[in-house]
Amino acid sequence: MSDTLLAVDELKVEFHTRDGSARAVDGVSFTVERGETLAILGESGSGKSVTAQAIMGILDTPPAEITGGSVKLRGRELIGLEESEYRKVRGKQIAMIFQDALSALNPVISVGEQISEMFRIHEGLSKSDAKTATIDVLKRVKIPGADVRYGNYPHEFSGGMRQRIMIAMMIALKPAVLIADEPTTALDVTVQAQIMDLLSALKEETQMGLILITHDLGVVADVAQKVMVMYSGRTFEQGPINEIYTHTANPYTRGLLESIPKLDERIGRLPAIKGLPPSLFNRPKGCLFNPRCPQATDQCRDGEPDLVFVQPDHGSRCWFAQEVFASDIKH
Amino acid sequence: MSDVQLDVATSIGDDPVASRTLLSDAWYDLKRSKVFWFSAALLVFVALIVLFPGLIADKAKTSSLTGGCNLTNALLGPSSQFVLGTDQQGCDVWALSVYGARPSVAVGVIAAVGTTVIGASLGLIAGFYGGKTDSILSRIFDIFLGVPYIIGAIVLLSVITLPGIWGVTLAITLLSWPVAARMVRAKTIEARGQDYVLAARALGADNRRIMLRHILPNAIGPSIVVAVISLGLFIGAEATLSYLGLGIRPPDFSWGTMISDAQNTFFAAPWTLFVPAGLLTITVLAFVLLGEAVSDALDPKLRK
Repeated sequence: MSDTLLAVDELKVEFHTRDGSARAVDGVSFTVERGETLAILGESGSGKSVTAQAIMGILDTPPAEITGGSVKLRGRELIGLEESEYRKVRGKQIAMIFQDALSALNPVISVGEQISEMFRIHEGLSKSDAKTATIDVLKRVKIPGADVRYGNYPHEFSGGMRQRIMIAMMIALKPAVLIADEPTTALDVTVQAQIMDLLSALKEETQMGLILITHDLGVVADVAQKVMVMYSGRTFEQGPINEIYTHTANPYTRGLLESIPKLDERIGRLPAIKGLPPSLFNRPKGCLFNPRCPQATDQCRDGEPDLVFVQPDHGSRCWFAQEVFASDIKH
Repeated sequence: MSDVQLDVATSIGDDPVASRTLLSDAWYDLKRSKVFWFSAALLVFVALIVLFPGLIADKAKTSSLTGGCNLTNALLGPSSQFVLGTDQQGCDVWALSVYGARPSVAVGVIAAVGTTVIGASLGLIAGFYGGKTDSILSRIFDIFLGVPYIIGAIVLLSVITLPGIWGVTLAITLLSWPVAARMVRAKTIEARGQDYVLAARALGADNRRIMLRHILPNAIGPSIVVAVISLGLFIGAEATLSYLGLGIRPPDFSWGTMISDAQNTFFAAPWTLFVPAGLLTITVLAFVLLGEAVSDALDPKLRK
């Protein structure tokens, strides 16, 4: 536990809009250790990205407001930190990869410039040293002909190459924690695998903590050690990834797992979770998942369950966590 | 080894060049544009008469003070002595047109730079900070835009008395900057929400840096184009105001004052109108065409 890089405790984020306040993140807690990968899973709108942006301190406030909880980076509290202090943390200690690298890279500055600028500002390198450092980091993310490609603009690269450049930019200053917000969603399947391999190789090499945000369970299976499943701003299940994949204790996670297509099974229709996630403005009474849950009972419609720990490191927000855990068949 | 890498790079990218800047790329495109070369040729001609009028005309022939104008020569047609004829005062129309270019173009250039600088700064601030700052600044833009151009200029110019071109330049700038401000504001709001701005913040960039380095280059493009196009229009506005007797006043003269003077003599001596008006049209056209060529070249996404 001494190697904890990031500790998030009971984080709460609200959005204040004309239609009222929406709790986008509602009491989320997790830790990331050195050299560890945590996957945050959930459908769109479940609060994954908002959690990431809250940790980075780049939420637009207003309309967003962090209403509670704590985010500790190596024991240092980040919530409420002075903006000028926070700025020193970003990039150097904690960085974030965005989903669509084309829109996350400045279109009018060459990629080499964009990266070398960071070395010049944060580390005070000279122009030529910064260029050398940039080419080095571009080589680390396996950009072919890095020295030649230095002067190219983002639109002159393919999607996979652009995501590599984005990664290069974010690991340039060797952050302790890297958040990857759906890093492979915009890419095709073969390139997705390459990017995931690259991320986990870099993580092994630098022993940074990696937070992988995704809605794709298949993508994270091989690279993550821990997983947290979010639904409507709440943690529904969290624990070691192998255990959750084989022994989930939550009907929602089970629904997600069953909806992954499997190559070795012949089935007619792929099972899907019925319905849509609830609106943040109009949450159901009781368990947030009860309108869509095949196992819902009156108890589920009446009160919201707490996170129940079926194992010391495996929690599930379900009235029947123990039963689901015990009954779950091996996948 | 390095050869192999080079091949890979070439096969993926379009045109990997060692190191390029936005401007050198824009130049690469401009060089291939016919519109650019046509407008450039016209502008070289305009620049020549603005910078070195003495090379092609005689200043003495523009003023009766120097004895260059003689009423006995009034309204003469083109001849060997007066290439494009004379005006009502007996001054050489060609010499007047050549020497009148400088104040006209100066008004256009200064007003274009002025409106862009003021407009871009305020538009950037309004768009970036949003909220109350934006509301207040935007209302100020609206107030200035709401003033009818000619009436506003008439009022301003009857209040401000600055020598030479400065009064009319100030009036044009004051009434025109909100156009650039609105445009930069809109582009700033668009750019502010982009992931690359979020990414810059995620990497620890401060507000000043995000505004100047990341948003401004992405937001300024259209207003540079507008500046070049409106440069031509400002020259026209100067002519309008001078025609109304509010712009440049005697003994100074410009294309505008010449066109104004020509209204009485147009039927007797049409050249008194056609020469300055023709030069004005050529200049405005050149700037508008240049604006279009530059707008295509400045956008890296349009690049082939």
